[in-house]
Amino acid sequence: MTREITFSKAVNEAIAEEMRRDPTVFLIGEDVAEAGTPFKVLSGLVEEFGTDRVIDTPISEPGFMGMAVGAAMTESRPIVDLMFGDFIYLVMDQLCNQAAKTHYMSGGKLKVPLVLRTNMGATRRSAAQHSQSLQAIVAHIPGLKVAMPSSAYEAKGLLKTAIRDDNPVVIFEDKLMYQDKALVPEEEYLIPFGQANVKREGRDITLVATSSMVQVAEEAADALAKDGISAEIIDPRTIVPLDEETILNSVRKTSRAIVIDEGHQSYGVTAEIAARISEKAFYHLDAPVIRMGAMDVPVPFSPALEDLTVPTASGVADNARKICRGELLHAA
Amino acid sequence: MSDTRTHNTEDYLRMYKQMVRIRAFEDNANQLYLSAKMPGLTHMYSGQEAVAVGICEALTDEDRITSTHRGHGHCVAKGAEFKAMFCELLGKAEGYCRGKGGSMHIADQSHGNLGANAIVGGSMGIATGAALSAKHLGQDFVTVCFFGDGATAQGLWYEVMNMAALWKLPVIYACENNGYSEYTKTEEIAAGSLTARAEAFGIEAFEVDGQDVLAVNDLTTQLVERCRKGEGPFFIELKTYRYHGHHVGDINRDYYRSKDEEAEWKTVRDPITNFGKWLEDEKILSADELVAINNEIKAEAEAAVEYALNAPYPDTSEVDMHVFAGVDHALDYLGGARG
Repeated sequence: MTREITFSKAVNEAIAEEMRRDPTVFLIGEDVAEAGTPFKVLSGLVEEFGTDRVIDTPISEPGFMGMAVGAAMTESRPIVDLMFGDFIYLVMDQLCNQAAKTHYMSGGKLKVPLVLRTNMGATRRSAAQHSQSLQAIVAHIPGLKVAMPSSAYEAKGLLKTAIRDDNPVVIFEDKLMYQDKALVPEEEYLIPFGQANVKREGRDITLVATSSMVQVAEEAADALAKDGISAEIIDPRTIVPLDEETILNSVRKTSRAIVIDEGHQSYGVTAEIAARISEKAFYHLDAPVIRMGAMDVPVPFSPALEDLTVPTASGVADNARKICRGELLHAA
Repeated sequence: MSDTRTHNTEDYLRMYKQMVRIRAFEDNANQLYLSAKMPGLTHMYSGQEAVAVGICEALTDEDRITSTHRGHGHCVAKGAEFKAMFCELLGKAEGYCRGKGGSMHIADQSHGNLGANAIVGGSMGIATGAALSAKHLGQDFVTVCFFGDGATAQGLWYEVMNMAALWKLPVIYACENNGYSEYTKTEEIAAGSLTARAEAFGIEAFEVDGQDVLAVNDLTTQLVERCRKGEGPFFIELKTYRYHGHHVGDINRDYYRSKDEEAEWKTVRDPITNFGKWLEDEKILSADELVAINNEIKAEAEAAVEYALNAPYPDTSEVDMHVFAGVDHALDYLGGARG
């Protein structure tokens, strides 16, 4: 049986189910209890689990992030709520120097099973410090797993897997998707990491898209279908680990690829995936692999400017048409 | 030397031996560096032995500690063995961290050591989180967070002290004030008093002579007991002294401290010599017995060095092991990054 629920509700259900199943799981972060976060994602949890397991903290991101690392090293399973993805810069030492490296530096003796839930996504008119999509920065660090759910279905299944994982996992939720609905099973399910979803099958071009960019790719694919271009959409679901095989198999079939992610384009997720396609499926390609990330500028406030910085369906469709026609996007 | 005689002979003997073991470990580590047999460099704990031993002797194996870049002393005091420690120092497979951590991350995890940390102040969150875990899981272990005076300049400490005080967590912040923040006198980096900083959060703060193992142990024993009753957190400033430079390569240090000052601490305030004298005065051990203990430990350390020098390095296949728990080899897992 399935029913339609919001992305936000899916996250809430995943946490509630795992907290019922495992008493070592707790939630920690700013305004996670009575307030249920500014996005109301966690509403109702404190009523069920109490303030001992749904812990409101002072505005001290490095402090509670570090405490989550220590709690994880001593048989607890904390879920850290980082109110905005932009605040990752505040917790970098605890996340990247401590959580990510503890298992390795201890020769495998200490484990850090924690989940860092945070968000991403521009076009909410929140300017440069509340709009960033910083998944590439985290994905760069060995020892961290990174999940990017693209709908309520993925949000629930990936979060439950993350909570049960024995490693630090960072989940980026697109804050513009919290009210989006999708069909979600009533029965329990988990989505394993490292298994991409072939969202739509196609013949002519592969669109690899993460998080909300899957919606962008779907819209683009609809437009392309009207022009007789059949686009295949791959949602990696986790970028660490990355299901390279599913992506490469698709590109071997279609011979063309555009990679879409809302992080900055340079040195980003799109660059990494495009490089792997170029290295490993080069002789199957009929066109250069195209990266479509966010523009390499801080996110501007003005709607007239902000909307220019993110990949759009029409932009994806335009690029797809060109490379399917054999045109070069950049001078040779 | 405080003269409480609250312990039995066995306890005194163990405290003395543990301090001598730390000194012996460090003397050998220094020699390994000077003879170019050790990769990298290391930060010597010599001079501060009464701090690690006084505190760790008040803890059980279930109690946790977090350690620092100057962490060999904590590691020994929390129950580690010489062989696996020297193997770690030399990057050998039998090291406590399979050679992946080295001097700055050395820890015997099975005795509750959550790791030595090479970021100054980097473990303050971890220690406080371990204390939160104890409360969350309903367990009665206490966590001691070791850090130096230099780490009191890190903002993280104030964030976690605030939360520890709000939530009455069973954590003891143990600041080893050895007078120097790397190459700078502490008075040049610390305004006001350190105890006042903890007190500002409503945390009871104590100062103790860090060269007096019994004073350290008595205070810690009381505070650990109070932590277990839910009366934590606590702060202790332990006045101590670092015999060597910031690290083994910091040899010409006249520009920040005098040889006279070093000589005075070593001759008048050495924690091992002074405790040895007290043991003699109290007729707990004779001078001959003390010498015998020293020699036995020295021989044990030298044998462990020899063992570690001859021990094998990790197999090269281990380079991408232990990146993720539950994953044998990270590169295969990450999507065939080997190509």
